[in-house]
Amino acid sequence: MSEVIKNYIVRENEDYIVNMGPQHPSTHGVLRLELVLSGETVKQVVPHIGYIHRGIEKMCEYDTYKQIVHLTDRMDYLSAHINNEAVCLLVENALEIEVPERVKYIRVVLDELTRIASHQLWWSAYGMDLGALTAFFYGMRDREKILDIFEESFGSRLLHSFNTPGGLMHDVHPNFQKHAMEFVKYFRKKLPEYKQLLTDNVIFRNRTQGIGVMSRETAIAYGVTGPSGRGSGFSCDVRKIAPYGVYDQLEFEQILYEQGDSFARYMVRMKEMEQSLNIIEQAVDKITDGPFTAKVKPIIKLPEGEYYQRVETARGELGVYVVSDGKKFPYRVRFRSPNFSNLFVLNTIARGHLIADLVAISGSLDLVIPDIDR
Amino acid sequence: MNDHIYDFSQLTRHIDESLRAAMSPTWAVVVELVIIGLVFLTFYALLGLFLVYAERKVCALMQNRIGPNRVGKWGLLQTIADLLKLLTKELVYIERADKFLFNLAPFIVIIASFMAIAAIPFAKGLQAIDLNIGIFYIIAVTSVGVIGILIGGWASNSKYSLIGAMRSGAQVISYELSVGLSLLSVVIFSGSMQLSEIIRSQADGWWIFKGHIPAFIAFLIYLVAATAEINRGPFDLAEAESELTAGFHTEYSGIKFAFFFLAEYINMFIVASIATTMFLGGWLPLHIDHWAAFNRVMDYIPSIVWFFAKTFFIIYVIMWFKWTFPRLRIDQLLTLEWKYLLPLNLINTIVIAFIVMMGWHF
Repeated sequence: MSEVIKNYIVRENEDYIVNMGPQHPSTHGVLRLELVLSGETVKQVVPHIGYIHRGIEKMCEYDTYKQIVHLTDRMDYLSAHINNEAVCLLVENALEIEVPERVKYIRVVLDELTRIASHQLWWSAYGMDLGALTAFFYGMRDREKILDIFEESFGSRLLHSFNTPGGLMHDVHPNFQKHAMEFVKYFRKKLPEYKQLLTDNVIFRNRTQGIGVMSRETAIAYGVTGPSGRGSGFSCDVRKIAPYGVYDQLEFEQILYEQGDSFARYMVRMKEMEQSLNIIEQAVDKITDGPFTAKVKPIIKLPEGEYYQRVETARGELGVYVVSDGKKFPYRVRFRSPNFSNLFVLNTIARGHLIADLVAISGSLDLVIPDIDR
Repeated sequence: MNDHIYDFSQLTRHIDESLRAAMSPTWAVVVELVIIGLVFLTFYALLGLFLVYAERKVCALMQNRIGPNRVGKWGLLQTIADLLKLLTKELVYIERADKFLFNLAPFIVIIASFMAIAAIPFAKGLQAIDLNIGIFYIIAVTSVGVIGILIGGWASNSKYSLIGAMRSGAQVISYELSVGLSLLSVVIFSGSMQLSEIIRSQADGWWIFKGHIPAFIAFLIYLVAATAEINRGPFDLAEAESELTAGFHTEYSGIKFAFFFLAEYINMFIVASIATTMFLGGWLPLHIDHWAAFNRVMDYIPSIVWFFAKTFFIIYVIMWFKWTFPRLRIDQLLTLEWKYLLPLNLINTIVIAFIVMMGWHF
């Protein structure tokens, strides 16, 4: 705790204070960072949050469990499907609903497609943060293919709310498996382009290597999870350490980098996209025929008690904590969002760097602001 | 042979003689100055419109897009539509900004680029003023532009603008050295600062070819340093969209923003045309030894076409940089200049001086 307090300095009169945000091209949303500068060197970063607070946790107390699923879309909109799954898994585990095998594998494929789409968007935006404007269009070009798969099956492209406690809303499109496999083949061919355009670029490497080094201890102390944590060697992939769904039956690696700098966090995501492709390849073959949902009562009532479910979103560990008093509405819902913890490490790792580095660091943490405020 | 078919000096002499016949010599000079001014204004505006369009198309090419294609045929009128939008926009003033300096800054930037364009030899006999220190004059007036950027950043009373302006100051002052030194190498080769003389000295081969490897190194250094000097990507730290929103011109709107925007493109044209004149033989056609037929065909292409073709090729390369590379950081930018380019450039200049002294060049 004393270390945390030490990080915040007392302001002096000659400090140059700049408000980065709430409207700024590289905060990727309505986040306000109060910077204390000395020249161009960042002496302190104070994040101010709450500009997009919608009270989702409170709203959950007035919604049934099936309705809550739709609210979770609006937190981390890039991992919308995975957020849905967290609530569904919680309800299914609490009521001991046996979900059909088909649903489990479709969910895994969708999880990993969502993860790839999220990383593609992050890659595009990260290039833009560093001034490589062309990268944006290459990432978007490939993300489009995933969104087309979503659109074909669910009608909507981003927030499809396709999960429901017990299974899926309806069955996927007959072409779903075929198109998913086509995407895997397509994207395997396109990944070397990403490497040429950004990863192997000298300027890009100089901008990210050794910038914003986060030690493993810092990552654990601040609860930094997801690719950002794994870039510091913190083994925190929920899919590995507490498998849910059918992740324990699939072969994939947890990507770990020891350096802890922006480039390590970048590389974790790049390698994770390859792993996700492997997972999709395995899971698509195992999608069997069968019902798309288990039998669930129209009004779900959880038995009295406390429930917790965690999943691995594209940005880290999402935890859902529900207290139920046996009624059809939960008594209290609390989300442990990955971005909240990831944001507040910024001051520790960005101090002493230049403004340009701050953009590189905050970009490498891959923040989605609505998930912080909820 | 056919040296005279595309010589613009005949045209200009004809205009001069007919004006002198019609009025007193003093008035003739005044009318000539007005004509030159109007021609340059038109040229400047058209060039700006074309370069903005070209940049958007090149950028689209690099980014798997189509680019502007709605206004006019192939989107050719897009820039005019943008210009009309900028003209009709409200000019926003910030509270407690220094109004006089705030209004002055865009004009300094645009006048600097306008002055430089006067000394550029566009074609044979088509040059407004052929100073005997031509290249020195161009270097001098282009560096005035940074004063406008500094004033604009300071007078805006905005923190982002100030950071952008200070970055720009540090950057331009540093890279001016490399630009100057790499151009000096050509001055050593040709033994003159007069642009027409420099072009004449390349009649038997462009300096990039007959200056051995050092001339090529000087050319590369010039390209990098010139890109940095005009604040274009990957050296666009003064604007740095993702860090400083828009850098020194964050607070400018409407036509004042358009002035900065236009000056950026004209500056790109100026550095490209200097590279053409100094290294690529200006308006001279491409000649290859002992290929008489080829050389004769090349001679039939007008000199003005040669000049613009070479210049737009360099502009294309500069645009290519911008849409490919990420941006450098300010300390990396200064390290690149002071630790790598400048020492290399000094050694290169000494080597060139030695080559010229020993008479080793072709």
